[in-house]
Amino acid sequence: MSASIALPEVSPAALGLRRFVSDRTSLCCTAIVLLAALTALFAPVIAPHDPSDADLLRRLQPPVWQADGTWDYPLGCDGLGRDILSRLIFGARVSLGVGFGVVLVSSVIGTVLGTVAGFARGVIDTVLSRIADVLLGFPYLVFAIGLMGMMGPGLGNIVVTLVLKEWVVAFRVARGETLGAREQDYVEAARAVGCPAWRIMGGEILPNILSPVLVVATIRMAHVIIMESSLSFLGLGVQPPSVSWGGMVADGREFLADGWWIATLPGLAILIVVLAINLASQGAREAFDPRLHR
Amino acid sequence: MIRLLQRVLHLIPVLLGTILVVFAMTAATPGDPVQIMLGDQRATPEQIAALRHDMGLDLPLAERFVSFAWRALHGEFGRSFFHRRPVLDVIADRLPATIELTLAATVLALGIGIPLGLLAGVRRGHVTDRAASITALVGVSLPGFWLGLLLMLLFSVTLHWFPVSGRTGYGDEPAAVTHLLLIDSLLAGRPAAFFEALRHLALPAITLALPMAAVLMRVTRAAVVDVLRADYVLFAEAKGLSRRRVLLVHVMKNALAPAVSVAALEIGALLGGNMIVETIFAWPGVGRLVVESIFARNYPVVQAAVLLYALVFVLLNGLADVLYGVLNPRISA
Repeated sequence: MSASIALPEVSPAALGLRRFVSDRTSLCCTAIVLLAALTALFAPVIAPHDPSDADLLRRLQPPVWQADGTWDYPLGCDGLGRDILSRLIFGARVSLGVGFGVVLVSSVIGTVLGTVAGFARGVIDTVLSRIADVLLGFPYLVFAIGLMGMMGPGLGNIVVTLVLKEWVVAFRVARGETLGAREQDYVEAARAVGCPAWRIMGGEILPNILSPVLVVATIRMAHVIIMESSLSFLGLGVQPPSVSWGGMVADGREFLADGWWIATLPGLAILIVVLAINLASQGAREAFDPRLHR
Repeated sequence: MIRLLQRVLHLIPVLLGTILVVFAMTAATPGDPVQIMLGDQRATPEQIAALRHDMGLDLPLAERFVSFAWRALHGEFGRSFFHRRPVLDVIADRLPATIELTLAATVLALGIGIPLGLLAGVRRGHVTDRAASITALVGVSLPGFWLGLLLMLLFSVTLHWFPVSGRTGYGDEPAAVTHLLLIDSLLAGRPAAFFEALRHLALPAITLALPMAAVLMRVTRAAVVDVLRADYVLFAEAKGLSRRRVLLVHVMKNALAPAVSVAALEIGALLGGNMIVETIFAWPGVGRLVVESIFARNYPVVQAAVLLYALVFVLLNGLADVLYGVLNPRISA
């Protein structure tokens, strides 16, 4: 064997990142999601008006591109004369906050439980997998609407409800990946040198299963955002004065004939963010999944 | 056969677990459910105690669950105080509307999603494929409630093609045989009533169907792309079979299996989605009943309906598993 061939040292992660960045669609969509996140973070600074400031004189004020529109309220006002743009900006906090928070918490819970179940097998695995089966057996919205209906509306209850249903996704991915990883030589080697189980799981297995878990987590964020907005639309989500996009669409229902923009614009915001997340995560999967680059 | 039996046996713990989850949901109700249900109504302590006993609230938790599960398995969910009738009767009244809507949406979704998926898969990379894929991506990213309002805004409010709400026109209701208006009106020989029911059904069914069609299209497309790469397709083509025959016999048959199992899962999404769609279009079905009952704090109805939805979904999944085995015999080997 000659040792003269020097391979450039590029990690798979760096390769994936390079592929991801070279895809214009993924890059563009990531930018949209980041922009929405920044808007949510700096909402009080960016919003031109107080989102709860009602004034019946501005009731059903149309957007700027229509006759009677003004630049003071570029996207118009709702049935109570509140500024739609400011409400959209503040609504991003709930939609993205719940989306990010729920996915973060449930990914951590699901990954820890999934790794333990896949590594330990036996009773722990059977019990956790059965619980997961039952939760998967529930249609998502039926579960969420049922539980929210019983617990009552509110931000905290939404997060609890969605986490209770959502951790199963990360659990299944982490468990499946761990089942594959525990048969690998590096785990065998770690076991042979007497590594304790928690160190094998945390130090050897976890880093190796993290990338599929992360990719799935980004896709799920889009789903969670739709679920939150659906609950808020039904009046089961966050309560006023908090603003959510789903709740804004509900507010616009009774004004479909006189103020189409009230229900339409917040729905468009949901669509854009969810679509951007979906496309970006699709790009991430294609860039980082080594199985797609044979 | 053994596989079938295994699947059925596997369903039992899932069904029991489902009942347990619905039971636990009730326990999540803050405060005293009896007080909440009674609201501002005055009730004597005896009446409250009777209600408590009626709902089994005077028993220890474990006993409450056993009695709840036992009664649920026998279809006993107590009475709806709001309607002053047994809960199951209230749900049964609303069931035909939901069944009609769900069936119509499923048929629409299958009719749109699978042919489009086949087409996109066969013409992989062509303009058709790309257009279909983009449409599907938008379809899965659309919030259902917003899609419903957009359709309503365009076709009902602006164009006046379809009614805004309800199941049929006033006085157009045909004599009830199956309780499905489309079928009943045909049985009664009243085409005008049929078209009226169809006009009412159109928008809710489309709203419910489009997201499901998008998912089905993506799955079918992916399956077709996979199958077209398989050796047996190459062999069939090498034998000189016509393209049409290859597609119809070999590709379609093998690509349908994943579509069927996904379709069953998606019906779960439909069941949840119909709570929203029925609310938007004031469709008098079980989904709207659940949402109304939540706001009326009519917990026995919510509980029973949620359990019903979940059980139907579990059974559908079991059925899909069996069907998948029939369509794709390799996995049962």
